[in-house]
Amino acid sequence: MKEWARQKAARKARIEAGSRHARGKAVAVTDLQDFLEAVLQPGDRVCLEGDNQKQADILAAALADVDPAKIHDLHMVQSGVVLPEHLDIFEKGIARRLDYSYSGPQAARIARMLFGGQIELGAVHTYLELFARYFVDLTPNIALIAAVSADADGNLYTGPNTEDTPTIVEATSFKGGLVVAQVKEIVDKVPRVDIPGDQVHFVVAAGKPFYVEPLFTRDPAAITETQILTAMLAIKGLYAPYGIRRLNHGIGFNTAAIELLLPTYGEKLGLRGKVCTHWALNPHPTLIPAIEAGWVEQVHCFGSEVGMEDYIRARSDIFFTGPDGSLRSNRAFCQTAGLYSCDMFIGSTLQIDLQGHSSTVTASRIAGFGGAPNMGSDPRGRRHPSEPWLKAGAEANPDTPAHMRRGRKLVVQIGETFGDKNVPLFVERLEALTLAEKLKLDLAPIMVYGDDVTHIVTEEGIANLLLCRDRDEREQAIRGVAGYTDIGRGRDAKMVQQLRERGAIRRPEDLGIDPLDADRRLLAARSIKDLMLASGALYAPPPQFRNW
Amino acid sequence: METLSYRHRAQQRMAGSKSMAIIGVVASGNLEVLAERVLPDTECQVDISTAAEGFGAVWEAVVADFVERSSPGGLKFSINDGGARPDTVALRLAQAVRLIEENDR
Repeated sequence: MKEWARQKAARKARIEAGSRHARGKAVAVTDLQDFLEAVLQPGDRVCLEGDNQKQADILAAALADVDPAKIHDLHMVQSGVVLPEHLDIFEKGIARRLDYSYSGPQAARIARMLFGGQIELGAVHTYLELFARYFVDLTPNIALIAAVSADADGNLYTGPNTEDTPTIVEATSFKGGLVVAQVKEIVDKVPRVDIPGDQVHFVVAAGKPFYVEPLFTRDPAAITETQILTAMLAIKGLYAPYGIRRLNHGIGFNTAAIELLLPTYGEKLGLRGKVCTHWALNPHPTLIPAIEAGWVEQVHCFGSEVGMEDYIRARSDIFFTGPDGSLRSNRAFCQTAGLYSCDMFIGSTLQIDLQGHSSTVTASRIAGFGGAPNMGSDPRGRRHPSEPWLKAGAEANPDTPAHMRRGRKLVVQIGETFGDKNVPLFVERLEALTLAEKLKLDLAPIMVYGDDVTHIVTEEGIANLLLCRDRDEREQAIRGVAGYTDIGRGRDAKMVQQLRERGAIRRPEDLGIDPLDADRRLLAARSIKDLMLASGALYAPPPQFRNW
Repeated sequence: METLSYRHRAQQRMAGSKSMAIIGVVASGNLEVLAERVLPDTECQVDISTAAEGFGAVWEAVVADFVERSSPGGLKFSINDGGARPDTVALRLAQAVRLIEENDR
């Protein structure tokens, strides 16, 4: 007789084993190591919640302390590899295989460990892609998650950083898996129920908040005049002519500059209400001046940002908030919004090659992708029209009859021709290819494929790849905005001039941009303190950004 | 410290009546540009004093592009460079001619 409920039986056994180290659902921090050794099995698929912002740090530390003789060969499936413990478990032999999305702060160490063979790599995913696999072939046996508070029944309050939690819990709890949450405290009644208690099996009161990083705070004081010029090019050469109302911004200084130019330069161009009204975006502090000046209608967030809590609470017409007043973020929904409901993604990268492929992977750093490949891709399943989408489609395929022509999402890569430490943005060959060869990967870790990229913006101008008809034109359009990098200096001047005459390359002077406007006085806020003042003191910058 | 000097023929005289303009600051990664209307109408000269040595080829390319794009006839530029990136140099030169082409008020 075949058994059809082995997973439920296995969970029941895990709950019984765990209950020996718990009182009801509550596990004491001091018992955590024994508890984990009781509920885990070698070879388990584990989601140790490491999101873009919040981290289940107490559970991570406890997992790194389990006895590898008892618990080993775990398969980690988590979006962010952020804390040292996330990699310690591989060094100690507790975990073996990894499927992930993003590894910002651990980018160098993860590269070393991959080369050293300490980690068996599944794949580097985009967030939405990894979440999708949670429901198909990477469903966790155990989820170790993070929330702000819980009640005795296990109802969880995540506060503004809900992020990945509902997705992880949905996949784990409804497929026979075990959910363990760390919270700061157990309370009588949670301020709002983000995760219903019947989906949560154990709760650990950590006595302190989970670790969260201010990832999206860009200090306006560090924005350069070249970045301001590049931002003006984007606003006047892309946002205005396409009429981009629905969009996502990356996290770099270039897009921060755009946000800070909306109330000044954008206002001068008469664009308020015509562009940048609806966003899929983390709550960037640099968006405060534009919100206060009436540019923004609404913002849905992947996660929150440290210091923005009170500001968001006081601007519920703009943000999605719960009955407790605080932000409700959700990474899976916001990534879906960024994929299907935004007409533009604009962000930075580290390397762009001659066909427009871009990657943030270098020989010594594997930072992963996060959401960029998802938002920075043209959704082939999109069916609703919008002005920018149709216009971009028409530029790409002028000969296709309008009723049968797909639109195109605008996927824009923005950056200065020379980046940090004078490293050129444009390269002959992506280091991602070298990495793929060294690690014998089936696929090179490309962040945004060239055929998804529609525009490249640098201080030298805008390359419109939609207007390029073949490989050569594409290459010369890219060389034509690559400035004085080797790639830029290798341009065919005549062809670049022809592309410029066709509008496939547009320079600041072609757009009537005055270089004298490339001045820091054009920024709506020139410091973190200015941002705080613009928010009516509602924005509370984290200590490391308080330099006054 | 390295000094470089480039002399070009310019297509036309730079518009405006100002005799001098100055922009930028001498700081790390930045530069100061002094533009003076002291040369014959079809000539242009760029003198560079730079803290970063060995970038002659890039300077030559930046200056040649600038002369072609802006046609700064009659102008002599003196650059005090603190190791600025080429994009900053190009921006400052463009700003300098914008300043000098304004009419004296």
